[in-house]
Amino acid sequence: MTMNDKVQSSRRTASSAPPPRRRFLKDAASVAGGAGLLALGAGMYAKQASALPATAIRPPGALAESEFLAACIRCGLCVRDCPYDTLKLAELGDSVATGTPYFEARDIPCEMCEDIPCVVACPSGALVRELTDIGEARMGLAVLIDQENCLNFLGLRCDVCYRVCPVIDKAITLERMHNPRSDRHAMLLPTVHSDHCTGCGKCEKACVLPGESAIKVLPIKLAQGSKAEHYLRGWEEKDAAGQSLIGDQVELPVRGMEDKAYGDTRLRPGDDAPASDPVPARPAAGGLDSGWKP
Amino acid sequence: MSTQTTTGGSVPRKVPPSSVRGAAMRGVVARPGLEAVEVKGWVRAHKWLLLRRASQLGILALFLLGPWLGWWIVKGNLSSSLTLGILPLTDPFLIAQQLAAGQWPYKEALLGGGIVLAFYALFGGRLFCSWVCPVNIVTDAAAWLRRRLGLKGGKAPAAATRYWLLGFVLVIATATGSLAWEWVNPVSMFHRGLIFGFGLAWGIVGGIFFYDFLIAPRGWCGHLCPQGAFYALLGRASVVKVSADKRSACNDCMDCFAVCPEPQVIRPALKAVGQDHPLILDADCTACGRCVDVCGKDVFRITTRFNRSES
Repeated sequence: MTMNDKVQSSRRTASSAPPPRRRFLKDAASVAGGAGLLALGAGMYAKQASALPATAIRPPGALAESEFLAACIRCGLCVRDCPYDTLKLAELGDSVATGTPYFEARDIPCEMCEDIPCVVACPSGALVRELTDIGEARMGLAVLIDQENCLNFLGLRCDVCYRVCPVIDKAITLERMHNPRSDRHAMLLPTVHSDHCTGCGKCEKACVLPGESAIKVLPIKLAQGSKAEHYLRGWEEKDAAGQSLIGDQVELPVRGMEDKAYGDTRLRPGDDAPASDPVPARPAAGGLDSGWKP
Repeated sequence: MSTQTTTGGSVPRKVPPSSVRGAAMRGVVARPGLEAVEVKGWVRAHKWLLLRRASQLGILALFLLGPWLGWWIVKGNLSSSLTLGILPLTDPFLIAQQLAAGQWPYKEALLGGGIVLAFYALFGGRLFCSWVCPVNIVTDAAAWLRRRLGLKGGKAPAAATRYWLLGFVLVIATATGSLAWEWVNPVSMFHRGLIFGFGLAWGIVGGIFFYDFLIAPRGWCGHLCPQGAFYALLGRASVVKVSADKRSACNDCMDCFAVCPEPQVIRPALKAVGQDHPLILDADCTACGRCVDVCGKDVFRITTRFNRSES
């Protein structure tokens, strides 16, 4: 009798409210779902906002960007130990991952401290301590990106980016070229070499152009094409092997050039080859036909 | 629920309510602690609050002395810092995320994380929330304003949401291979913003204030924050606890429930629900001591988990 009562009462509770286990599972599912959505939102936002703008440069020794974002705990100790206030922490809205260190070379470039205090200060492993020679740093790669406004490309001797380069004559050299515009001057073109450029950004800072710099430090991924591994550079192979890998080339005689070195097709003054007219042509002074006769 | 409120409201105030739940239905106490101020004086009725604000602002000041005055006692922020050039301190919550994302920190961070971990595990996990975290000031302000304006109701998510969120924070760290939560984490962002510059982080801090103020009472710290959940888990066996050791003197004024950021932790200790001793052992208790302050009968005091005596 009492047994029967008990069974009935338990049935009654079961019919009025869902069993506690099911209710617990339902509650837990909704809570977990809400928390999961929140986390998913944060994760997707983080993924979407993880692209680094091209002008934002990570400190020396920084891990590759994807690993850097997993390692940097955003404490700012590298910023504190930077003696030149180069580094700053990204604020929300800066389009750099919030709280991570970066610098903009046009504002304040890296001064390439020999003791690399920012790397020493990092507790998180985001800045790699194997970097002990700042010359080995590869924060980015300078690119002379605007050849139309660079003063040296216009034929002037500005040379400022070359002069301020801490790795002068290695990271940036001046390459002498013929100036086809004047036809009688040289152009000394600042040329960056990736095996020495640390990406410090002093060239970008020093560029004399009033607004944007003609030379910019870019992320290496953006600045450099990938090497054509399938293409053997004949001159490098020749240097490595001590001789040409394909042997000497067959020399075929060229009529009228028999006395010259093979491949030399230049005409020397005094050669009575095609142009025998001693009077050079002059540009027309006015109109199509100036009427000038020799 | 609404019928209970109306019948409860008709009961004269001087009659002590039969149960805590019944008293809770009577409505929110707008100005808890008035009796305590009369009995103990203003300073003693705000003792732990003042100490807590001193701790929060003092720690913040230590971080700000460097950038503001050039006195570099502490460098960095709550995520990781270096004190006097030798003592590393790192937030173990960040190390946990970092490990989940697949990176291993340097030994300084591990050591610093270990020190912080040991401290909170020993003394009380959520001491971080009430004595260090700057967001506490924001959410306390929202709760205060809520009480003063008599805002009732609101929709807060389940208090367990934070534990789920903590789990998912680690999952998304692994899934994205980055500290994804740190893009939005208001706790680290607020502290870092105060020291290194805010940007738009004011928006997130303001968002938390208005969320707590207008939408969910004690919503952020009490229901959502995964960092608080992390520290709660950390301090499950910690020593510093609040005890309702003079619970026999309780007159059910409800002031402690009105000020407590985690009101669900009080009942087992105060009303002996499911336990005999008067210790608040729930890991969600932040040991903020506001219940000690506002009680006119001095029911509560801060003690250790070993002290189960009742007076």
